[in-house]
Amino acid sequence: MIKHESIETNAGLLIVLTMIVISIGGLVEIVPLFYINGTVEDVAGVRPYTPLELRGRDIYQREGCYLCHSQMIRPFRDEALRYGHYSLAAESQYDHPFQWGSKRTGPDLARVGKKYSNQWHVAHLNNPRSVVPQSVMPNYPWLLKNDLDYSDIQERMRALKKTGVPYSETRDEYERNVKQFGKSVADKLDILHAEENLISQALVNDYDGQPSRITEMDALVSYLQVLGTMVDFSKYNEGYFAKFR
Amino acid sequence: MSDARKTQAAVQTTGHAWDGDIQEFNNPLPNWWLWAFYATVVFAVVYWIFYPAWPVGGGYTTGVMNDITFVDSDGTEKTMHWNTRALLLKDLQESKSATLSHEYLEKVKDADYQTILGDAEMMAFTRSMAVGLFGDNCAACHGAGGTGVIGLFPNLADDDWLWGGTVEDIQTTITNGRYGFMPSFRETFNDKQLDDVAAYVLSLSGQHKADASVARGKAIFQTSTGGCYYCHGHDAKGMKSQGSANLTDQIWTIADVPDADTQEQKLAAVKAVVTHGVQRTMPHWSDRLDKTQIKLLTVYVHELGGGQ
Repeated sequence: MIKHESIETNAGLLIVLTMIVISIGGLVEIVPLFYINGTVEDVAGVRPYTPLELRGRDIYQREGCYLCHSQMIRPFRDEALRYGHYSLAAESQYDHPFQWGSKRTGPDLARVGKKYSNQWHVAHLNNPRSVVPQSVMPNYPWLLKNDLDYSDIQERMRALKKTGVPYSETRDEYERNVKQFGKSVADKLDILHAEENLISQALVNDYDGQPSRITEMDALVSYLQVLGTMVDFSKYNEGYFAKFR
Repeated sequence: MSDARKTQAAVQTTGHAWDGDIQEFNNPLPNWWLWAFYATVVFAVVYWIFYPAWPVGGGYTTGVMNDITFVDSDGTEKTMHWNTRALLLKDLQESKSATLSHEYLEKVKDADYQTILGDAEMMAFTRSMAVGLFGDNCAACHGAGGTGVIGLFPNLADDDWLWGGTVEDIQTTITNGRYGFMPSFRETFNDKQLDDVAAYVLSLSGQHKADASVARGKAIFQTSTGGCYYCHGHDAKGMKSQGSANLTDQIWTIADVPDADTQEQKLAAVKAVVTHGVQRTMPHWSDRLDKTQIKLLTVYVHELGGGQ
């Protein structure tokens, strides 16, 4: 039997044993979720991000938005009243890494999509106090000035594809997406047409109010405007989601 | 000193010795600590019995005697094992604050606007419920007091309305949203014409003296040269159907005339709007708020100061 003294006087052994103990604690909580049926709810509408939304998500992470904003509405009454329907696991199934967060200095953003106009988002990101006087959020004026760099959009999509996000590259993968998401969505998930899809989404919607340019603001606002809008909750009974727990 | 020595001799040491004579006691754990630890173990076992706990195959143990009953969206009563989602549904239906407001919500749901506006008790309820709804959903753009932001979001507390200020109009605006659009005239007019139109627009509210520039601007505004009257009307009082602004009063939502100190700044503010046009979106709320919530907000906005 290992004596206390031999562990306490041997740093290497102490590290290994500590890691084993902590791993057990984590594994027994996490691993069952991988094989319990219904961890991820069976729900229609959730799709991977379009190329422009994906770049917006990258900027969201680059600017550290997750440090103050969560994307996880918990099933409590006060959260339901303020933010809307609680988040489903299915809604972040294509998020790598997920943006659930654990700290709310600002409000939760899981259902911010379509809640405010593009114009509001642009004014607010540029200078939050121009629309919300009591806000403590920093200004992000460079988002309107920086042209969006989308030169590596295909590589970014390929990287996510490796983690299981169904972006398509071959004919078979495309057909599979058509079957799962419908043609119009499947077209946007095609890695080979990523650049033209990104440009057309930015130009058609002109999120930043500068029609002639594609800025980082275009990408970030397109991402914010899709958050929490993919599932049509009116199609389901509330009890349906409870069944998965 | 001698007592301390005696105690030291009575307890075991770990056998370690540092710096010659510094030793470490090997005291047993305090009993209160030990029993608290046993209690947590017992608590865990009890928890496993009554709550969802252990993964088994593709499912998990759901616990016993923990059924939650709630009314599902289709009106049927459902009973299932304890989980936070079912608990939330029950809480939304049966908690004290939910049942307290339920009675009033039912009343408001069935009442027409005239009845609500005339009933002091229903109005008190509406104000207290709607102030929260307004703060969560509307205040980000229109401000906590509904006074808006000039150039971006309309003031809801004055009596000037782009899309109409009756309860029916307000309800339509909240439910379906609005898209406000004025074309840009940068390509249509030259710089001098833009100046003239701006002068005429300011003269409509008595903020510019009648001179040659105003006369030229009027000719552009009131004829198909500019066609401004298509939307703003020959009387320049705006049209509810277009969401076009009344230009004859001194209330401004886009051009920041009130903050302009000099006549040049006033002209520049109006000219900028004519040059660049306006595109504003009010989101629709029918997907996010239910009909009763929209009704509460309609009354609240109507009562902010300027309801018609």
